[in-house]
Amino acid sequence: MAGPQAHDKRPLSPHLQVWRWHVTMATSIFHRASGVALYLGAMVLTAWVVALASGPAAYTDFMSFLMNPLCLLILFGITAAACYHLANGIRHLAWDAGKGFDPKVSTATGWATIIAGAIGAVLVFALAFLA
Amino acid sequence: MNHSLRTPLSRARGLGSAKHGVGHFIQQRATAIFLAVLLPWFALSVLLGTDGSYDSVVGWMKHPLNAAGTALLVLTGLFHMRLGMQVVIEDYITGAVARTVSLLANTAIPAILAVIAILSVAKVFVGA
Repeated sequence: MAGPQAHDKRPLSPHLQVWRWHVTMATSIFHRASGVALYLGAMVLTAWVVALASGPAAYTDFMSFLMNPLCLLILFGITAAACYHLANGIRHLAWDAGKGFDPKVSTATGWATIIAGAIGAVLVFALAFLA
Repeated sequence: MNHSLRTPLSRARGLGSAKHGVGHFIQQRATAIFLAVLLPWFALSVLLGTDGSYDSVVGWMKHPLNAAGTALLVLTGLFHMRLGMQVVIEDYITGAVARTVSLLANTAIPAILAVIAILSVAKVFVGA
């Protein structure tokens, strides 16, 4: 498949420059984007267990490094990506079972996954920093 | 009568044009179901069961079920991540060399992360 596509200048699906954005399209794109973002999340999780295995000093250093504003912003993004990808993943599993394809239902569940991702990320940060 | 242009052997093998059958599809969904349980369990268990300090997190990880659950989360998550990124690479990276290098990296990176994470969890679990 690599050959002709590389030289083909015709627009590729889903024609992002042309299409009017709608929520089912956005949730599909966000699902991919959040999945790619979770690659970084897996690296952070691995770094966290490495820090834990490296002893109290390394762990404390790692955790205080995570508390700088840029890291917190990235952590919030990873958390939101995880919550969204989980919620929309369950939506995908329902689709795989043949349920929820009706346009009204898929639009409603699309908004629900976006809202669930945002609320989930806020709840996780509230549990982490307020509790 | 079989009106398909596919040979009976091809139909019996059920591997399709990509030669991988439905394996990738099933693996992606099976790991998704496990992750839908493991990830919320891990997040809530660490957030509610520890205060984030070294001693409390190590104490948490020394419980066999917590260490096992963390190891399962890491392995299942990295496997699922590899499957997902493989599709993204196949969709967007068209050059033969770039695609091959990306796909190899997409196998190497999760494997490296898995070994590092499992050894770390094991060290905390058995450590004094």
